[in-house]
Amino acid sequence: MNTCDFDQFKGSSSYVTSGPLRNAVNVSIALGRPLLIRGEPGTGKTQLSHSIAKGLGKKLISWNIKSTTKAQEGLYVYDTVQRLNDSRFGDKNVSNIKQYIKLGKLGQAFASPEQVVLLIDEVDKADIEFPNDLLNELDEMSFYIPETNETVSAVHRPITVITSNAEKELPDAFLRRCIFHYIEFPNHELMEQIVKVHYPDIKDNLLKEALKTFYSLREIDEFRKKPSTSELIDWIRALVAAGIPQDKISSEIPLVSALLKKEQDVNHLVDTYMTRVGDSFVVRRK
Amino acid sequence: MFTDFFYALKNRKVPVSITEWMTLMEALSRGYVSNLDEFYYLARAILVKSENHYDQYDVAFQECFNGIAGPAEINQQILDWLKDAAKRKTLTDEERALFKSIDFDKLIEEFENRLKEQTEQHDGGGNWIGRGGTSPFGHSGYHPGGIRVGGERGYGSAAKVAAERRFQNYRSDLTLDIRQMKMALRRLRQLSRTGYEDELDLDETIDATCKNAGELEFMWMRSRKNAVKMLLLMDVGGSMDEFALLCSQLFSAAHSSSHFKDFKYYYFHNCIYDNLYQDIERRSSVSTDHLLRTMEPDYKVVLVGDAAMAPTELAQRDGIISYYEHNETPGIVWLKRIADHFTHCVWLNPDGSNQWGVMSAQMIKKIFPMYDLTLDGLGEAMKKLTVKT
Repeated sequence: MNTCDFDQFKGSSSYVTSGPLRNAVNVSIALGRPLLIRGEPGTGKTQLSHSIAKGLGKKLISWNIKSTTKAQEGLYVYDTVQRLNDSRFGDKNVSNIKQYIKLGKLGQAFASPEQVVLLIDEVDKADIEFPNDLLNELDEMSFYIPETNETVSAVHRPITVITSNAEKELPDAFLRRCIFHYIEFPNHELMEQIVKVHYPDIKDNLLKEALKTFYSLREIDEFRKKPSTSELIDWIRALVAAGIPQDKISSEIPLVSALLKKEQDVNHLVDTYMTRVGDSFVVRRK
Repeated sequence: MFTDFFYALKNRKVPVSITEWMTLMEALSRGYVSNLDEFYYLARAILVKSENHYDQYDVAFQECFNGIAGPAEINQQILDWLKDAAKRKTLTDEERALFKSIDFDKLIEEFENRLKEQTEQHDGGGNWIGRGGTSPFGHSGYHPGGIRVGGERGYGSAAKVAAERRFQNYRSDLTLDIRQMKMALRRLRQLSRTGYEDELDLDETIDATCKNAGELEFMWMRSRKNAVKMLLLMDVGGSMDEFALLCSQLFSAAHSSSHFKDFKYYYFHNCIYDNLYQDIERRSSVSTDHLLRTMEPDYKVVLVGDAAMAPTELAQRDGIISYYEHNETPGIVWLKRIADHFTHCVWLNPDGSNQWGVMSAQMIKKIFPMYDLTLDGLGEAMKKLTVKT
């Protein structure tokens, strides 16, 4: 059968993907279903959609969800206040409601003349009912605007990527319509590849030391926020920029503030695992 | 042939539905799959919607497509581990993971077989079971229920409770009578105007516009939001069985009350020790210490339990009733830590019959204000939770 439309997404030069993830992306593109991506913070959930857009040469529309976001805003907003204002000053014909209907991100994705990649970022930030409110729109890829008696329907089904941090449980009905992939935390080898994509000329020894320290920090369960990929990449950038000698990396964990973002975590690390030697702190030997 | 796979998943409690199954069929019919590996990932992406179920999916997949009985190998490891009781206390994460992944019934079955084997191989097999304190079965000697026949029976009954899954409707949304409870929970509100000024203040707007001689002047205000975060800790199993319905109603009410800013829940059995559990079967655990470290003290804590247990379970090291586990810190210390960490805690007791006369309830009452799990009691408790300290 026709499989040429299946293996579309192959990753992009700046984003390393695993086989199963590529597979999930391609399934979702082929079936026209939203792809739900979950994973620890900093594993590149949001970056994935950028990579898809870049890899397939499509435009990316991102809709960043906040706790106050309503489903309706993604479809369209009827700017009544503007209309009221215009009517007050009377320099415009306000009888045409159309000019006060502004399409939201979802609406823009539907109305776009070419296929786009639509990112709905951090869907679980919004109210619990939020995903349910979008069920029909994502299913039918169309919605109705009662004010103008118009139906906006997708010219091309957008490639929809939805990310979630699993802060709240998503409704079953919503999940049933999605393709799901959990981005596992990268293992040592994959992580090396990822770092090398960002820093092609990094010295092997430095990378080795940095990764060793990084993974040993991740084993500490008491941290409020464990360091993740994006923090590792920042840290390595800082290490390189500061010209830290590589033998100090695992013994002193320099520039730790790039890895640990909470004061309590830094304190915990210093109190539990480090001792003061002269002016600096050194990791205690076990 | 694939239909078997569907039911295998269902059996493993992976929540798959017909909708997802039809999606998979669509994908297959379009010829997206050329080998078993691809099928594995395709089916997983379509059918499984949470990483928590990946493991069950793997087991079901093996069962259907490899012809290898999924958990058999794992069981062997568990049994090896059970054999060496000294290791029990130093359980590694991998072993814990193995434990989660196995099928409970199967384990019991294998376990009993193993016991038979043991008797056949050594004459003193019975002794092996009874060897005080060191073997996993001997540990049941601590059991206040006093299982004298050996661990086997005790094990059987624990498994039975899990297998019956009589708590499974804790999460389903019962509609009868819950409304009343919801109304009681509604009292748990601390409305405050937070965030951006995004609500049109109509009165002010009219006022301002009038003052402005009809010139429109918009006034905005922040919208009101509930700032209450709730932590529900529920005792399950054992003597709580008879209150299962009542507790499930409370859970449903709290869970479906969307007005909390955050709602977290954990389970325990009889008393809280080093770990709390995310599921009723008490398989996936969270360290209590970790929770106390990471949760802000402004969560309103509601503990639900009959507080009826042997005083040793509260006051002693290793007083924990379950004999897979041991605790360094007595339960009562853990309870005290919770009471100290969170500013607002109440204990709801569904057992109205004995007026909490048992010693353990008396002890707990000194730590947490205790209320009946009735509508009145609930109301009182919610009032207590909203009082400023």
